[in-house]
Amino acid sequence: MMLPGIVFLIIFNYVPMVGISIAFQDYNPTKGFFGSEWVGLRYFKFMLELPDTATVVRNTLIIAGLKILFGFLVPILFALLLNEVRQTLVKRMVQTMVYFPHFLSWVILGGILIDILSMQGGAVNQILSWFSVDPIFFLGDPQWFRAVLISTDVWKEFGFSTIIYLAALSGINPQLYEAAVIDGANRWKQTLNITIPGILPVAVLMATLSIGGILNAGFDQIFNLYNALVYDTGDIIDTYVYRIGLVDAQYSLATAVGLFKSVVSLILISVSYALAYRFANYRIF
Amino acid sequence: MKAYDSNAYRLFTFANYLILLAIGLLCVLPMFHLLAVSFSSKGPANANLVGLWPIGFTTEAYAEAFTNTKYLKSFLVTFERIALGVTINMILTFLLAYPLSKESRDFPLRSVYVWFIVFTMLFGGGLIPSYMLMKQLHLMDTIWALVLPGAVPVFNVIMLLNFFRQLPKELEESAFMDGASHMVSLIRIYVPLSMPAIATLTLFSVVGHWNSWFDGLIYMKSPDHYPLQTYLQILLEQTKNAITLDGAKQISEVAKRSLYSAQIFMAMLPILLVYPFLQKYFVKGIVLGSVKG
Repeated sequence: MMLPGIVFLIIFNYVPMVGISIAFQDYNPTKGFFGSEWVGLRYFKFMLELPDTATVVRNTLIIAGLKILFGFLVPILFALLLNEVRQTLVKRMVQTMVYFPHFLSWVILGGILIDILSMQGGAVNQILSWFSVDPIFFLGDPQWFRAVLISTDVWKEFGFSTIIYLAALSGINPQLYEAAVIDGANRWKQTLNITIPGILPVAVLMATLSIGGILNAGFDQIFNLYNALVYDTGDIIDTYVYRIGLVDAQYSLATAVGLFKSVVSLILISVSYALAYRFANYRIF
Repeated sequence: MKAYDSNAYRLFTFANYLILLAIGLLCVLPMFHLLAVSFSSKGPANANLVGLWPIGFTTEAYAEAFTNTKYLKSFLVTFERIALGVTINMILTFLLAYPLSKESRDFPLRSVYVWFIVFTMLFGGGLIPSYMLMKQLHLMDTIWALVLPGAVPVFNVIMLLNFFRQLPKELEESAFMDGASHMVSLIRIYVPLSMPAIATLTLFSVVGHWNSWFDGLIYMKSPDHYPLQTYLQILLEQTKNAITLDGAKQISEVAKRSLYSAQIFMAMLPILLVYPFLQKYFVKGIVLGSVKG
């Protein structure tokens, strides 16, 4: 029964792992995988000497780190606010609106954002002009590009991430609140002493699991928003691998950089899963 | 609950409603703006004068989009991709999740297989080796290049496996008493009981195929084979270059703004129509897949 699935996984997931050996070869497409010369760690040494490598690793860590931080805090705050809403209709309506961007691709959102963030009459710059702020070149200014990446990522995903916290909130025993009311606690005290401790385990779990994603700064988003003007602050490992690999056809170097990322990610994800298992008794299956 | 009705709490509730409504609108207003631009006549659209309401209402852009054969073809490619891809995804998900949801004593190698599939979520060959594989298999420029690499949606398998595990065992046991095989039990008992899970996973699979663009970009050589989002990605790239790099080109590119908006809007319309109705299912699905007791 499992055979078809296993076969597909072997061909499309495990065979490419063998292909990683391109990183240790001087890969030449005309000679092919078996004819190319083995060069050991030459491309890894080359990678470490490239100034671009340091830049893209730094960019990846900064962008992913800030996304994780804000992508963690905003959904919790939003869930707490939404939890205070008693009318089901309003609650449902707000939820439907905030989940929506999650389902759109960065290609579509990229098209919308380029319009909204544009210098000439984009909505954001128009609003800024009410406060007599000069137009900002959001997508072409290296200073602003990271801020754009982080805020638009939070905008797209915070609603969807809220789902987990709302579930945790609905799991809190209502008797705790009743007892607190009898003891004279107001809403604020209840939030502080019941609600927040109630979702703390889930929050800790989500924070732990997010460690594994620190090298995933979001290829789709950056690829669709960036341009040569903002490589300095916006180029990440994944976009760099795409450019040197598929655009410049430096297959061995690109594979080496990609392998470096995969190995570090594997270690980080394993560590975060182990921590989640240990402290939150979390298992994925 | 009288204790809640202090004046301070009423004020908070009022402010809270306002804030939440504002946040909600912030998530959908950009799409309304897009819709407004797509229905505006060329002049105001190009000058970026359109806010949330069309200026000089016209359906010209849509008429133009509907006569663009490349655009229409890309829709067809995406529909074909969804029909093939989602079917394969769902069948393989069920075939993997069912055995893996059994207890270890009924299926001794269970944990080996689970790790075999979970490992693919943790580590992969990366972009270049995957690209080389597609070349070697001669799948470039065929629909299979878009469908087969993601044939097994590992995350969905894990979600369905967890869903199966909380179904009552007794149903299956009584079926086995009556002489049912595993295949019969899967089709006659598990599938009918999994309707909420099927709805969720199908939605995820459809949305995933609908939104994919990168595989189309690297594996499709001929523009006639581009799926919808890849077609839009190429347009986006042109627009982006026009705006950020080459000021002179800008004038000619921006002239298509309402057309561009119409094409994007039509690409998000199906999701806009379908997802609100499936919301209650996927919310349950997410919760089940991530926080378990």
